Amino acid sequence: MRTARVAWAGAVHEAVPHASGLRLANGRVLAQSEVVWLPPFEVGTIIALGLNYAAHARELSAELARPAAGSAEEPLVFFKTRGALVGHCGRTRRPAGVRFMHYECELAVVIGRGGRHIAEADALAHVAGYTVANDYAVRDHLENWLRPNLRAKNRDQATALGPWLVSADAVADPHALALATRVNGTVVQRGHTSAMVHRIPALIAYLSGFMTLAPGDVILTGTPEGVSNVNAGDVVECEIEGIGCLVNTLVGDEESAI
Amino acid sequence: MPPWRLSGVVVGAALNDPRALAALGDAVAAPPHLAAPRAPVLYVKPRHTLAAAGAPMVLPSGAEAIEVGATVGLVIGRTACRIAAAQAAAHVAGVALVVDLALPQASWYRPAAAARALDGSCRIGTPLRADRLAFDLEVQIDGATVQRAATAGFTRGPAQLLADVSEFMTLASGDLLLVGVPHGAPLARRGERVRVAGVGLGAIEFTVVAEAA
Repeated sequence: MRTARVAWAGAVHEAVPHASGLRLANGRVLAQSEVVWLPPFEVGTIIALGLNYAAHARELSAELARPAAGSAEEPLVFFKTRGALVGHCGRTRRPAGVRFMHYECELAVVIGRGGRHIAEADALAHVAGYTVANDYAVRDHLENWLRPNLRAKNRDQATALGPWLVSADAVADPHALALATRVNGTVVQRGHTSAMVHRIPALIAYLSGFMTLAPGDVILTGTPEGVSNVNAGDVVECEIEGIGCLVNTLVGDEESAI
Repeated sequence: MPPWRLSGVVVGAALNDPRALAALGDAVAAPPHLAAPRAPVLYVKPRHTLAAAGAPMVLPSGAEAIEVGATVGLVIGRTACRIAAAQAAAHVAGVALVVDLALPQASWYRPAAAARALDGSCRIGTPLRADRLAFDLEVQIDGATVQRAATAGFTRGPAQLLADVSEFMTLASGDLLLVGVPHGAPLARRGERVRVAGVGLGAIEFTVVAEAA
């Protein structure tokens, strides 16, 4: 099953896919362009993974003060706040004057049943479903203190999520999915979730080892290699096989009324 | 005044006490940091870290002690997006005493979520209106005072901190911005009773307990 949360005519509605677009819970059928897409579920804690694809760690290795050690190393976990979120067909501000702001196509794992000290063998039973994330980074603002720092990775509306929450039973193997990003129609990033350094069950076990996971918590599982700069006006599509295609447009400061 | 409902969003400033950075000495300019921080060094205390102020603090098995970070949180009363420091006071509805607990960490390079975002590691006292934003704090362990500190004299005062954070991330009504933990946070061990008080802010008390087997 796949569900979305959208705003239409002054209220938030749950929706499911329909041949003509989507069908609201009240039965109304709308075109996808008629609604405002919100993140497809009530988001709790946003947990992001850095350097969770080896080739991505390698492409960044020149700037890392310490090389990533792969699966031998503890997962690199950081948190985000709700203000960073933006839904499908949203707009993200690209600040004037930065040299390198890039997309990050990521499989997002949504917790359905929480817990603490969840064993790897039981972990996938705690997953409600999956969606697509595009976790933009403004590299110019990265610093080597509590890195990746909030000024680079927790910017307003710079973490896109959606369009659909795909229920776990509709995804046979989350580690068998192709990922791709297109900018203005051209493929710029390709990857496969089989290449994750720390896999989803291990991540759930690791996280629940120190924190209680709760329904609505979402784990952004990292991005493969192929990150490149995007500019105001670019349309970025992040697509994950079987999960969906998340669209986002970069806008400049003038469109953000700065 | 807006109702006193905290949103659950808690963001804190690390290394805002200049003594904390000074204590790192040459390490500041060496790898992996390579340079002193330019922007505020920030961290998130997610919702699982929020616990009743007086609830026991569970020390994870394998941990000997936990740092008791006494600090003050600014309760945001009005949406703050790219505000100037001069406007900060108009966006702050009040303050709250906060205890920010974390396992001691050798390095400030990575967020160290497993050390800094433990269950129940953020204790928030009663939010209060305040006529000032600098406070004297005291930490007692088992009745003995182990730290007296103040939030005055930080690298970024509350107004500048709020302005610099709001420059890239909007803070909304009910959000809490921690102004920084004074350098020299004491350690508490299993079985010890911790009391953190702020002049004019009340007190938070709890016991540190071992993780259940």
